[in-house]
Amino acid sequence: MAKRILIVGGGLAGTIVANGLCRQLAGELASGGATITMLGATDKHMYQPGLLYVPFGRIREAELFRDQRKVLDRRVAFHVDPAKHIDAETKTVTTESGKTFSGDYLVIATGSRIRPDNIPGMEEGGHWFYDLDGARKMRDALATFEGGKIVVNVNVPHKCPVAPLEITFMLRDYLKGRGILDKSEITYTYPVGRLHTLEPVAAWAVPEFESSGIKSETFFNTKEVDPKKKTVTSEEGTTLKYDLLVTIPPHSGQQVILDSELGAGGWVPTERETLLREGSKEVFVVGDTTNLPISKAGSTAHFEADTIVDNIASLVKEERWARFYDGKVFCFVETGLHSGTYVWFNYTTPPNPGPPSQMIHWFKLAYNRLYWLSARGLL
Amino acid sequence: MAARTRIDARGAFCPGPLMELIAGLKLIEIGDEIEVLSTDKGSAADIPEWVGKVRHEMVSSEEKDGVWHIVVRKAK
Repeated sequence: MAKRILIVGGGLAGTIVANGLCRQLAGELASGGATITMLGATDKHMYQPGLLYVPFGRIREAELFRDQRKVLDRRVAFHVDPAKHIDAETKTVTTESGKTFSGDYLVIATGSRIRPDNIPGMEEGGHWFYDLDGARKMRDALATFEGGKIVVNVNVPHKCPVAPLEITFMLRDYLKGRGILDKSEITYTYPVGRLHTLEPVAAWAVPEFESSGIKSETFFNTKEVDPKKKTVTSEEGTTLKYDLLVTIPPHSGQQVILDSELGAGGWVPTERETLLREGSKEVFVVGDTTNLPISKAGSTAHFEADTIVDNIASLVKEERWARFYDGKVFCFVETGLHSGTYVWFNYTTPPNPGPPSQMIHWFKLAYNRLYWLSARGLL
Repeated sequence: MAARTRIDARGAFCPGPLMELIAGLKLIEIGDEIEVLSTDKGSAADIPEWVGKVRHEMVSSEEKDGVWHIVVRKAK
């Protein structure tokens, strides 16, 4: 009997798993010993980190998208038919169109979504760059901005944890380039008591903020936005005025996870080393979908997916485990429009970012294109 | 009897134990509790500081074999 691998979700994590398995199970796929099926929500694959550059006109929108069918190995049976219900016990998925798919191995990779609607007034009063429509609107708002108060407002949970600092420094450089930095005031709010949850990153950011005149408000968890008064108020009792509110909206998991009762908030309880759904032996969870206390980021999805590829391939071929996930995360950090650094860590190694340089910024720009090799399972 | 959810944030550098707690509190009912496990000794200071600012309730905080067990009750 062929081993059927069913992947729910066509983002980076699901795509790396699918393409990586095609590479490692080439013989089984050719002989009919394995099949790989993916259920996706769209026929387009988006390079999400590229959204950061859209508000500043630093990337063409066409660069963000590829046809998912072309990103996927041709041996993957790809259906644009999102999951409506996932039965993790029987490893059976019912889709929006009413079809039913089953697998011997199930990989849940449905990802996360922004929820500005979870904070009163945020949809009406805020701008963001975490989806294309939001990034376009933020670009248009910046184009007509002639100075005033900008609040960069960070909410929990969110993916790409360095993006809030990146957008702040890029805003600074953008305003400086337009000659309106001296007529502007940037205030950055953060949920915990420092500028970033990673202490070395927070320590590095302090002098950067001071030398740039960027203000900050820590222990700020947004309670509400008043679009008429143009104020944002925190649970801790602080209210800030703004002329332009740039939010990092809170995120949640996907509705199908909630509807399938697979985890509070849409996050699936997951074992930190095996990446198995808690209580399941053949159901893997990858990327933003897990409830693991690690960064929701493309690199996390990438390293988790690599681990799952090795383990499913090993289980199919030899009925044994290959290796455990060690919590590895690697993130570039843009420190302006012309410089960058990076940070990596895992469950046991703390982060230690190096000094920013133009070369690392260029490497990040190169990775904006190399990403497609990662999605194909080549990098 | 308050329901208690556990967040195992041992070795969690990013987003870190306090951020996990803040996210977790959004998912439980008022009166229910979250137990955070953290290997970052800073959690023993920054979690109570934030809980005090936002007026939730600290239930307990103790260290066992290098792991901090910090219990917070959602108060509002």
